[in-house]
Amino acid sequence: MTPARIEARGWGWRHGGRLAWAVSGLDLTVEPGERLLLLGASGSGKSTLLAALAGVLGDDQGETTGQLLIDGRPPAAGRAGFVLQDPESQVILPRVGDDVAFGPENLGVPVDEIRRRVPAALAEVGLDVPLRALAGRLSGGQKQRLALAGVLAMRPGLVLLDEPTANLDPGGVAEVRDAVVRASARAGTTLIVVEHRVATWQDHVDRVIVLGPDGVVADGPPRRVLSARGAELAASGIWVPGHDPRVAVTAVTGEGLIRTEALVVGRGRPVAVVGELGIDGGRLTAVTGRNGAGKTTLALTLGGLLPPVSGRVGATAALAAGLRGDPLRWRSRELLTRVAVVFQSPQHQFLASTVREELGVALGALRMPEARRRARVDELLERLGLVPLAEANPFTLSGGQQRRLSVGSALAAAPRLVVLDEPTFGQDARTWAALVRLLADVVRDGTAVVAVTHDELLVRGAHRTVVVARTAEEAA
Amino acid sequence: MTRVGRVNPLTAIGVVLLVDLVLLLSLDAVTATVAILLAVAFAPLAGIPLHRLAVRTGAIVGGAVLVAVTVVLYGRTSGTVFLSAGFVEVSAGSVALAIATALRLIAIALPAVVLLTDLDATRLADALGQRLHLPDRFVLAGLAGVRLFEVLGEDWRTIALARRARGVGDRGRLRRLPGQAFTLLVVAIRRAVALATAMEARGLGAPGPRTWSRPSTFGRSDAVVLLVGAVVAGGSVAAGLTAGTYRLVFVS
Repeated sequence: MTPARIEARGWGWRHGGRLAWAVSGLDLTVEPGERLLLLGASGSGKSTLLAALAGVLGDDQGETTGQLLIDGRPPAAGRAGFVLQDPESQVILPRVGDDVAFGPENLGVPVDEIRRRVPAALAEVGLDVPLRALAGRLSGGQKQRLALAGVLAMRPGLVLLDEPTANLDPGGVAEVRDAVVRASARAGTTLIVVEHRVATWQDHVDRVIVLGPDGVVADGPPRRVLSARGAELAASGIWVPGHDPRVAVTAVTGEGLIRTEALVVGRGRPVAVVGELGIDGGRLTAVTGRNGAGKTTLALTLGGLLPPVSGRVGATAALAAGLRGDPLRWRSRELLTRVAVVFQSPQHQFLASTVREELGVALGALRMPEARRRARVDELLERLGLVPLAEANPFTLSGGQQRRLSVGSALAAAPRLVVLDEPTFGQDARTWAALVRLLADVVRDGTAVVAVTHDELLVRGAHRTVVVARTAEEAA
Repeated sequence: MTRVGRVNPLTAIGVVLLVDLVLLLSLDAVTATVAILLAVAFAPLAGIPLHRLAVRTGAIVGGAVLVAVTVVLYGRTSGTVFLSAGFVEVSAGSVALAIATALRLIAIALPAVVLLTDLDATRLADALGQRLHLPDRFVLAGLAGVRLFEVLGEDWRTIALARRARGVGDRGRLRRLPGQAFTLLVVAIRRAVALATAMEARGLGAPGPRTWSRPSTFGRSDAVVLLVGAVVAGGSVAAGLTAGTYRLVFVS
């Protein structure tokens, strides 16, 4: 299909039931074959614009003004290829080949043509697995490339990517980015990428557009836009190279809390050999490693939630504070003031129907008096930047807000050890700084913080890095 | 793919329904035994080795034995009474009924074990869409649901751990259930919404007819399975009639 031309004239969109317009007064022309990076602070309507172009914003979901046209016609399902953020929810059919064929099938492409397109699309994204391979078993980066192949097989004139690399490790990020660049260069399609992290894309796009509350704020070649508006963009939360937020995490001398012995972690089957590892208070420890290396499993094992495959996770007297046995044997309530674990997906952990109650769950379980509980929750709301959302339902928050809330609820009971799985995921540069400041504060109070993370900036701020692989090794 | 995997899922389901209907209508040991023997004899032909069949039917056989014991002890008394103690009365009639009931249970389960345990959801969806002409959206949503179901098992385990970490994991398993189930429901709905968006983004609901890249056909394997089904159903009833033991369920 020929590259698409996009035209927006005074376009706006308001979600049903909301007062504010998600996008308003947008005037924009994208020429066929242009590769565009779409930036904007959280809530500037980037994702809304993308969803509208993809034709997945139904008329029943809100109201629209002005015009938004692809090649002179309104967007409709199947006109543009759309790759979303979460690799998990984009696998539609169980087998790789069938999944790629799904799009062209829906468009009524003849069967012989589909049979040609499927292997071609997989080759284009560099996904070298058998057509009958189970899609669910692929890594995150592979799943994203599979989704891209599914979109390319539709031969769209326009490819839309909504933070396609946000959930991936650095290796996965490069792998997906390169596949996108290669494929769009070959087919000459118009490309629009929404992404917080400018560095990933700035050398691979022709044009950067910054979206604000009232339409386009800045527009031009990447280098020019970033040098002219870099500081301003960074201040609004966009990750601009050279404008990284800086938060110092100061180590203090703390007590030893966890000592592992010949530890091998896994779920039934061994995944990673950890060996001897000591976790001390007053320090930030980063746990890194590729997707699937066993980082999450290690986090859950250190947190007393999963039994080790072999070896043990022992608590020092300072952590046990009167309890006997390993953390795995402690009661759920006894863990609260000792070890907290923040899960990768905040939604798995939510228990209450408002943000305020959510932050108070642990304090309630510990039977803290109402007045003190209230004061503590108010303080946390303030520090997490969630005051305006105190009465909102946790499930209705944005991904970044949910993450901050789950970190806050874990810190409420002031545990001695906090284990976090990808704590900075989905944060823009501003909320990142707020979150890391929060962690720095508890470290200074003598708490041990262990963060499983792909975030290189967070790793740089850590006092120590543990690399998880088949055999865990410790770096500096 | 096992040999039975080449059979059209609609044929497999149809044959299981046919054989089971015939067996459901009969209640005697000979008919059931012959049906079991025939099914076991044909299983390797379908590409399922006997040891795998044994593993898959283990639970069913166990259940059948339990049912048999109950019938022996409490079934209707007739013929010689072997043992009598309170409500319990073991008679020739109750023993015979117990054996017939257990065998019938196994006989009814076997065709499904042979033909349906390897059923491929994708091929079933292909068949429902192309052969039964059910609406595309309905069929594809069901198929996507199957995949979602796999992910939800993992979600359930994660939620249980997550609640322990939040300090609410001490209550008994049963008392924890409602809260945990509610979280799973919310997570499932969000996953479903995301999946629906992903499907729309891949052109589901685009105007014009959809193509199916995996043609759903009926071939020689389907004819063979149909024939085997007829042999199992017909053979077992014929054996029951010949032996004079055949008994229709409704007639006592």
